[in-house]
Amino acid sequence: MTISYDDVIAKYDPVLGLEVHVELNTESKMFCGCSTVFGAEPNTQTCPVCLALPGALPVVNEKAIESSIKIGLALNCSIAPRSRFARKNYFYPDMPKNFQISQYDEPICFDGFVDIEIETEEGPKQFRIEIERVHMEEDTGKSLHVGGATGRIHGADYSLLDYNRAGIPLVEIVTKIVPGTGKYAPEVAKAFVAELRDILRGLKVSDVKMEQGSLRCDANVSLMPRGSDVLGTRSETKNVNSLRSLERAIRGEMIRHAELLNDGKKVKQETRHFQEDTGLTRSGRSKEQAEDYRYFPEPDLVPVAPAAAWIKEIRATLPERPSIRRKRLKEEWAVPDKEMAAMINADVLDIVEETVLLGSDPTKARSWWLGEISRIANDSNVGIADLSITPKDVAAIVALVAQGELTDKLARQVIEGVIAGEGSPAEVVAKRGIKVVNDDGALMTAIEKVCAEQSETAEKVRAGHLPAAGALIGAVMKETKGQADAARVRELLLGHLGQA
Amino acid sequence: MINKTAAEMAGALAKGETTSVALTQAHLDQISAVDSKVKAFLHVDTAGALAQAKSVDAKIAAGEKLSPLAGVPLALKDILAQEGIPTTAGSKILEGWKPPYDSTVVAKLKAAGIVILGKTNMDEFAMGSSTENSSYGPTFNPWDLSRTPGGSSGGSAAAVSSFQAPIAIGSDTGGSIRQPAALTGIVGVRPTYGAVSRYGLIAYSSSLDQAGPFGRTVLDTALLHEVIAGHDAKDATSVNAPVPAVVAAAKSGDVKGMKIGVIKQLQGEGYQKGVQTRFAESLQILAGLGAEIIEVDCPSFEYALAAYYLIAPSECSSNLARFDAMRYGLRMGDGPGASAESVMNATRAAGFGKEVKRRIILGTYALSSGYYDAYYGSAQKIRTLIIQDYAKAFTKADVLVSPTAPTTAYKIGEKVDDPMAMYLGDVATIPVNLAGICGMSLPAGLADEDNLPVGFQIMAPAMQDQRLYQTGAALEAALLSKWGAPLLTKAPALGGVR
Repeated sequence: MTISYDDVIAKYDPVLGLEVHVELNTESKMFCGCSTVFGAEPNTQTCPVCLALPGALPVVNEKAIESSIKIGLALNCSIAPRSRFARKNYFYPDMPKNFQISQYDEPICFDGFVDIEIETEEGPKQFRIEIERVHMEEDTGKSLHVGGATGRIHGADYSLLDYNRAGIPLVEIVTKIVPGTGKYAPEVAKAFVAELRDILRGLKVSDVKMEQGSLRCDANVSLMPRGSDVLGTRSETKNVNSLRSLERAIRGEMIRHAELLNDGKKVKQETRHFQEDTGLTRSGRSKEQAEDYRYFPEPDLVPVAPAAAWIKEIRATLPERPSIRRKRLKEEWAVPDKEMAAMINADVLDIVEETVLLGSDPTKARSWWLGEISRIANDSNVGIADLSITPKDVAAIVALVAQGELTDKLARQVIEGVIAGEGSPAEVVAKRGIKVVNDDGALMTAIEKVCAEQSETAEKVRAGHLPAAGALIGAVMKETKGQADAARVRELLLGHLGQA
Repeated sequence: MINKTAAEMAGALAKGETTSVALTQAHLDQISAVDSKVKAFLHVDTAGALAQAKSVDAKIAAGEKLSPLAGVPLALKDILAQEGIPTTAGSKILEGWKPPYDSTVVAKLKAAGIVILGKTNMDEFAMGSSTENSSYGPTFNPWDLSRTPGGSSGGSAAAVSSFQAPIAIGSDTGGSIRQPAALTGIVGVRPTYGAVSRYGLIAYSSSLDQAGPFGRTVLDTALLHEVIAGHDAKDATSVNAPVPAVVAAAKSGDVKGMKIGVIKQLQGEGYQKGVQTRFAESLQILAGLGAEIIEVDCPSFEYALAAYYLIAPSECSSNLARFDAMRYGLRMGDGPGASAESVMNATRAAGFGKEVKRRIILGTYALSSGYYDAYYGSAQKIRTLIIQDYAKAFTKADVLVSPTAPTTAYKIGEKVDDPMAMYLGDVATIPVNLAGICGMSLPAGLADEDNLPVGFQIMAPAMQDQRLYQTGAALEAALLSKWGAPLLTKAPALGGVR
């Protein structure tokens, strides 16, 4: 029977385990020189090696090793002085060699941790997610199943194979089991993956786009009765394409497990696929009989043995950890908690920082990116980064406002123009003839005209009822076609009506 | 002209006494004359070879400085990818496949102006010791057409010993160059593991495979060795070090003061009488040339065959997984209602021969969870022990020696139903592969009881390949003066030109 999330938590403790696959953004593939650019014509980025032609041999991409070491160091891992590749053997048409070159018992990085913080009813709460290992492997190709209702191999008329993705370098980050999260399990998982994404983005080793699959997360979930320390049977949920989906998937699996357990049934150890539309998972292949991958050391490759000096060199290039950076920026910019959270959620931290570094006032920079520009992005259903406006443009606009060349209202028009591709802020100002009316004489003419037209309201203000001034200021602004500085209008108006 | 050595052919070309086209045509004629009997070639590239010869002739005429073997024809084992030329590795599963790329060995041969006559027969995916496991039928030993030339590089060895080519490329995973060289009375060298790039060599057992040269003389073999060896960035296991001076060593041929170790475990019981006699005779000759002969003990060699038949099948079970009908080669059982899995199954069932299936099954079993430690794991430990045995032996001796094979060439069909008997023929060659070192087989004469060639094996430490040539050249010269003429003059003429 259907139960609520609260019922689940009342009875069970969830245990998480996360496996995150990250596509590295190296220019060439893991074991050959083919390009890794996303979205090319099928099978145009292939060669004898990644098509597994007879006789072809893999050669390790050194850049991928460097990226893996960076990731390991950023996740507080130890770096193995010597690690090996292994072959993971299984047959699948989109895997050209019918084995995947991966790392098995000797991963390149191991034993690390990531600290995260989530908001709870009791205030901010910290969790430490321990990292079991970080290892390198290669991606498979893609199968496209044509015909049939589901797009799955079952029921398809035929399948097409695209090997462009075959051999793209992947790094798999595996956590140790994460107990003790209680009802916050979904939030903890989300915060971990978000933190991981920020770390990886900071390292510039991956595009970390969940929707494009360059960051993929498999969530292992199991329940144990509260107070027990015997782990339950886990399910592994794949096909989770966003942070929100991850939260939903974990919540959904916890409820599904609890329902089974409450009914005295067993949870099956299996792979499940998250369904974006329903928020539920469906059963994939069963893992009851563990697949035998017949791992053995890859004889075509020599062990990876990064020199200690090289690791030291890489460590020296690591950027500031995102959590530390956030703390620093929050202090430097004197941003309230809520605003900081809004910026992180909207993913504008980098862009705001860049704008500030170009000389903008942090508050102004933040409010433009988070306000007007975010709104335009939302309305046109694109990401902020996809808009053609740059931190340099925003810094210029903020400067123009500060110099009194633009009002906030006019600045909005300039932003709109820049996004519409009309050029730089200066060009938009010139082309559209936007300028602030700061000629007091012209303003006074307008004020006198408005006060005459709305004499009743003007009298109220003259009698000391200041809130009524709003309507008059609005009318003056309209009269000057929005090009006046509202603050100056107010000043002059109140003076005119004896309220200065 | 075809009975000359490759070095002599190259000399004649340089002096303008002949042309590469003439030389190539003479070998193509010999192929026409004898290969219907020997069946050394799976594919003869007449047009390509003549075109290549013509281009070398043009370069010679233009006075270009060319490599020492430029214009000399060669036979290529069908395990090496050659762009646009059918490459099957002796298997039905690759029938009709034409590689879109050149293996590094082929690229080097082409760059050196060596004319590639065609692709030679082999045991399917190099799994076998007699070429009887070829999907395209066996190759016959030019010394006695009822017998096997050995294998797996039997086609290359038979081509050289029947004068269809002066030199050839083979590959040696457990003795597949040295054993057929021994059984056909020619010279064959397995270079140090990693000395010759494996890029484009269709993998049987990645950690054991190594391409190498065949020739009718030690010097010819050295000349070819020098062409194909060297570091290759496309092969991660390729050795990044200078190529040993093998040609200079083959020219010097001096063993005075050299210590030669006879491996205790690779002689005596199980070795044919005539093999033992010729081996002992060669040792005497070497001693007479001033070498010191000692005996060395390699106790782990007892387990070499067992380790080999776990490691090689394990690696092959994975290496051969790519033959799945999805991208190239044979495709069976396709059609309405077929699934990828059913097509893979039908193709692999039809495309692989019995011995290949046997080894895939053995290897799959040896790697499976629960058995890995007992089989693959133990085999790797034995491998380490064999490496240690060699290391110890090489502190006492400069080179080690043994008969190449326990017997001379056996009859076709004689061991085909007894894989164990067939496997035992590799007992003396396999340790070299497991240790990754180098080995040579050169003819030591004919066994008295059957008048068939006997091979003498020389082994040297990794990247000390020049010692093979130095020792081999000395023995060769002494034997030649004893015989009065090259051993191959005693082989039947097969109706072709000699």
